[in-house]
Amino acid sequence: MMPKWFGKSELLSEKNLVSLTSSISAILVGLLFGLVILLISNPAQALAGFKTILFGGFTGGAKGIGQVLYFATPIIMTGLSVGFAFKTGLFNIGASGQFIVGAYAAVLVGVHWTSLPPVLHWIAALLAAGIAGGLWALLPGILKAYANVHEVIATIMMNYIGMYSVNYLVTRTVYDQLRNQSMTPVAVLPKWGMDQLFPRSSVNGGFYIAVLMVILIHILINKTTFGYELKACGFNRDASQYAGINAKRNIMLSMVIAGVLAGIGAGLLFLAGSGKHIEVVDILAVEGFNGIPVALLGMSSPIGILFAGLFIAYVTQGGFYLQLSNFVPEVIDIIIAAIIYFSAFSLIFKNVIGRWIRGRKEQ
Amino acid sequence: MEYIIEMLGITKMFPGVIANDNITLQLRKGEIHALLGENGAGKSTLMSVLFGLYRPDQGAIRLNGQEVQIKDPNDANRLGIGMVHQHFKLVHNFTVIENIVLGIESTRHGFLNMDNAKKKVMELSDRYNLKVDPEALISDITVGMQQRVEILKMLYRDNEILIFDEPTAVLTPQEIEDLMEIMRGLTKEGKSILFITHKLKEIMAVADRCTVLRKGKYVGTAEVAAVTKEDLSEMMVGRKVSFAVEKKPFMPEKDVFEVRNLTVKSRHNQKNAVRNVSFKVRRNEILCIAGIDGNGQSELVYALTGLQPVVSGQLIMNGQDITQASIRQRNAGGIGHIPEDRHKHGLILDYSLAENLVLKNYYTEDFQHRGFIQFDAMYDYANRLIQEFDIRSGQGPYTPARSMSGGNQQKAILAREIDGNPDVLIAVQPTRGLDVGAIEYIHKQLVDQRDAGKAVLLVSLELDEVMNLSDRILVIFEGEMVAELNPEETTIQELGLYMAGSKRGKVQ
Repeated sequence: MMPKWFGKSELLSEKNLVSLTSSISAILVGLLFGLVILLISNPAQALAGFKTILFGGFTGGAKGIGQVLYFATPIIMTGLSVGFAFKTGLFNIGASGQFIVGAYAAVLVGVHWTSLPPVLHWIAALLAAGIAGGLWALLPGILKAYANVHEVIATIMMNYIGMYSVNYLVTRTVYDQLRNQSMTPVAVLPKWGMDQLFPRSSVNGGFYIAVLMVILIHILINKTTFGYELKACGFNRDASQYAGINAKRNIMLSMVIAGVLAGIGAGLLFLAGSGKHIEVVDILAVEGFNGIPVALLGMSSPIGILFAGLFIAYVTQGGFYLQLSNFVPEVIDIIIAAIIYFSAFSLIFKNVIGRWIRGRKEQ
Repeated sequence: MEYIIEMLGITKMFPGVIANDNITLQLRKGEIHALLGENGAGKSTLMSVLFGLYRPDQGAIRLNGQEVQIKDPNDANRLGIGMVHQHFKLVHNFTVIENIVLGIESTRHGFLNMDNAKKKVMELSDRYNLKVDPEALISDITVGMQQRVEILKMLYRDNEILIFDEPTAVLTPQEIEDLMEIMRGLTKEGKSILFITHKLKEIMAVADRCTVLRKGKYVGTAEVAAVTKEDLSEMMVGRKVSFAVEKKPFMPEKDVFEVRNLTVKSRHNQKNAVRNVSFKVRRNEILCIAGIDGNGQSELVYALTGLQPVVSGQLIMNGQDITQASIRQRNAGGIGHIPEDRHKHGLILDYSLAENLVLKNYYTEDFQHRGFIQFDAMYDYANRLIQEFDIRSGQGPYTPARSMSGGNQQKAILAREIDGNPDVLIAVQPTRGLDVGAIEYIHKQLVDQRDAGKAVLLVSLELDEVMNLSDRILVIFEGEMVAELNPEETTIQELGLYMAGSKRGKVQ
């Protein structure tokens, strides 16, 4: 028996069934395309390689699964960031910037606020990450609400501003000169039993936090008046205004919440105690961009995003092991990209499948 | 009798609907043939088939007795079929003449040669009495003149069969008269006209014969001279329709809403769209603001409902100044608003019917508890309104608003606004694009509101609606109130003169 807030009827409704089938179709086409690439680059090893992609995520048993959960955690959060914004009518291309700013805040607090007791320390660092991400998204939100500056442009700009500022700030405040990266935070997320379930993997309590955020966002979007308002503004700003909803405020809040989610995602990754650091290089945080396909594949629904994030982490994980079958790492990236790319087509599949079902019904 | 175009047994199916079911339409040479039907009756589909936009699943089209295939609009053009669309297809920053020759320009050595074109256009213009200024920009000329440009476009292409799709919707009464004169002139010169409309009065005035469609089916073809308006409407709707609106005698009570010296900026340019307007609305009264589209009505309503700030002036509601009040304060304070554009403002099309019905009160204690929406209460409420206002939809309260018909969407808005129990109900073109049955229903609801002691402010472009419903008429022209009229004492013609700005009266 599912709890009431979970929405018993709607999870298995026809609409969601269509979404699910279309996402799965997109995955299958992407995998097939991956197989074609494998056949072109190394025909002899292609089938073995394909098997690695499909099942490589389980390599090492529990450890493999643990690694999948670990990699899934940040992209579930950035996917949630993109998907939540999208549900409210905004394209948040800035998850990358919000992510890196959040990462910096987490590391800064995690390294320096050592006077805090450990239990509070990681919470403070995580909160700092969320706040930093939220603030980073606030500016595009303000520009959108008051000056109608398109959020795609504004968030892309904020990505670069974020990356370069963080590079600069890292060298000034938490710099490990030897490795050209940030220092290791003292604050570390609790394991909450994950280390026993999945020994030798990097997974930790952060995954629970991501799942908790998924549930919170699901409730926020579908069950609350606040979510009703946010969606209303996303679907039709004019009609929302007509109904007396403060559209400007809601646009800003949507962006801020999206930014908070991306920021927390960064906090969960950089406070994992897994040796992840902010490297001082001129590259945008890839976790932010991976949030876009995760959101697309998950049809912007929080529950869908949870599974999409797990799937993409799983395939990526499988890809690592592809090197064992004599594939150059670039091919792996291409295949992963192809699957992600086709996931974007899940919307097209959705239309096709929806039409097919309707056609069947009418007959 | 010789037919120039015959559409025989046309059937066109879309997934799940039969848009045209074995429809026959025969157009005689030199006649004006009206095509009448409610929204969704299949008029547009039938015309799209004739114009080559759709291929029929069954049936044949004959031109002068010869069967023809029309695969695309170019075929239609070649066969001499031309169409004036409801929304004109003109390039606004081109001149009249440039628009007319667009697509079939004559050239010399690769350069435009407008002289011949201009000569031909002037000839046509004289012959059919279509006065236009060939060098004027489209953006500078009136809607009526734009329509004449569209007609000239067809004539310039030597079209013999002219389709007019709801041509009068955008015109003033005088322009409508002119258009009818032009149509008669065209048929005198041997052109044949198909006239799509749902306005019975115009059919009675100008058409020779009339083919009626209902729900995709052919109902019949009538000689207009032999039938009455009532006969035609019964053919169209399938039941008797009452045109007369019954209402209690006019006994206005105290003022509810007052507008003092209101000035509002235009949404399109820096000018003021509403200039120094003052009026009052009383209980038990339907006050109608009549005017041609674009004379400041939209801005006026936006200012009253809070969607747009005022430049100067005051709004008084039940004795309180609400000029600076937020939209929500106004909604809650007794202003109901049936907006002009139901898709832009009235509904969130991606929300379900139930979610749309609570659009203005989802936050009240009835539907919300500690920030959580009370879905049970919401669906109960939606079901009650669906019952009371007879809103029809596929899946009841769960139906996406987008998939509902225009009439039922409007009923949903009406239900929401009336059930909010407003003191003033502002209804802007509440029957636009609706069919006779829905219009009748909405008119009755508005009158019921008035009789129940509400003040109703009706903004309308439809003169019949203005004359039938209102207790008092204010005419707006270029943002100013130019006349206050009593519908009992005025005529449609007089109203038209005020609306067109050629006459000015006194406003108290």
